[in-house]
Amino acid sequence: MAEFRLPKNSRISKGKRYPAPKDAKNVKTFRVYRWEPESGENPRVDSYDIDLDRCGPMVLDAVIKIKNEIDPTLTFRRSCREGVCGSCAFNIDGKNTLACITRIEDIDGDVRIYPLPHMPVVKDLVPDLTHFYAQLESIEPWIKTDTAKPTRERLQTPEDRAKLDGYYECILCACCSTSCPSYWWNPERYLGPAVLLQAYRWIVDSRDEATGERLDDLEDPFKLYRCHTIMNCTNTCPKGLNPAKAIAETKKLMVERRT
Amino acid sequence: MLTSIAHRASGIVLALGAVLLAIWLIAAANGPDAYAAVNGVFASWFGQLIMFLWSFALFYHLCNGVRHLVWDVGVGLDLETARMTGFVAIGVAAALTIFVWIWALIA
Repeated sequence: MAEFRLPKNSRISKGKRYPAPKDAKNVKTFRVYRWEPESGENPRVDSYDIDLDRCGPMVLDAVIKIKNEIDPTLTFRRSCREGVCGSCAFNIDGKNTLACITRIEDIDGDVRIYPLPHMPVVKDLVPDLTHFYAQLESIEPWIKTDTAKPTRERLQTPEDRAKLDGYYECILCACCSTSCPSYWWNPERYLGPAVLLQAYRWIVDSRDEATGERLDDLEDPFKLYRCHTIMNCTNTCPKGLNPAKAIAETKKLMVERRT
Repeated sequence: MLTSIAHRASGIVLALGAVLLAIWLIAAANGPDAYAAVNGVFASWFGQLIMFLWSFALFYHLCNGVRHLVWDVGVGLDLETARMTGFVAIGVAAALTIFVWIWALIA
């Protein structure tokens, strides 16, 4: 059943304000979602006034600055700080993206930072991705073969290799899946754009020999066909990939193999 | 996202409009008095407004439906094209609605 209001214990209350140092000239406010599971309190949004003259250019720089210099209790994931690990995926200024490749100067007004939408929150900006990873595992994202092992690498023509372009680059940050209304309504049964893109990446791989088996597994009213081409996934992908296209191609393969 | 929600909304409006169509047909089957009563409501400014909105929902749902058919062939799924065809669907639906109403009012 669709829920139109947040449950009582998830409604956001007013948070604290941390002012900038007195001599700061170039101040921007960061409004960050905070939730401490052990406190028993509702989530709140804390405001941090940051002196941009003493901060790096990206949103992640500001978030790290907050943790290092203002409030060490702020909890978030980050690692590579250059858009290849997918750890620092937050909802920034209303859009799911990676904090490390989002410029502070590109955001008008206050910078609002929330965890990825419609996911259980572990603490502050850290969502629980257990189910997301279980879904990824369910599509068996590795090469599957029946034929005898070759004595050298499994070769692929440049044309076949090109079919993986736009799909192999996915870093599984979950920005797309958590932006998808279909995934919000049916996360238990719909696989979501990220996992379906991964599934397609193995379906089109010429070296993989389990294509039919993979398609059989997706032939399900929920797993694949809850995609209604809303396009939020493609719109939000911080890597500029197109999960909607991968899903459409998968649906096409379903039809083509029947004729 | 907006065109997707609008597609669902217009689908619901179409279903409700089908009820009005059924009422109109039932009235016609019940004789001239009942037909005249229902026709009177439909011909009022409010009835006309409802029908105008319904016709826009019909054309929007039609145009956006064509957009979905094209997507199902795997075409037009890149962001720029999808955004552009969204505006085209709304524009064509508006143009068709206005065209049909001008045609209906002249005829």
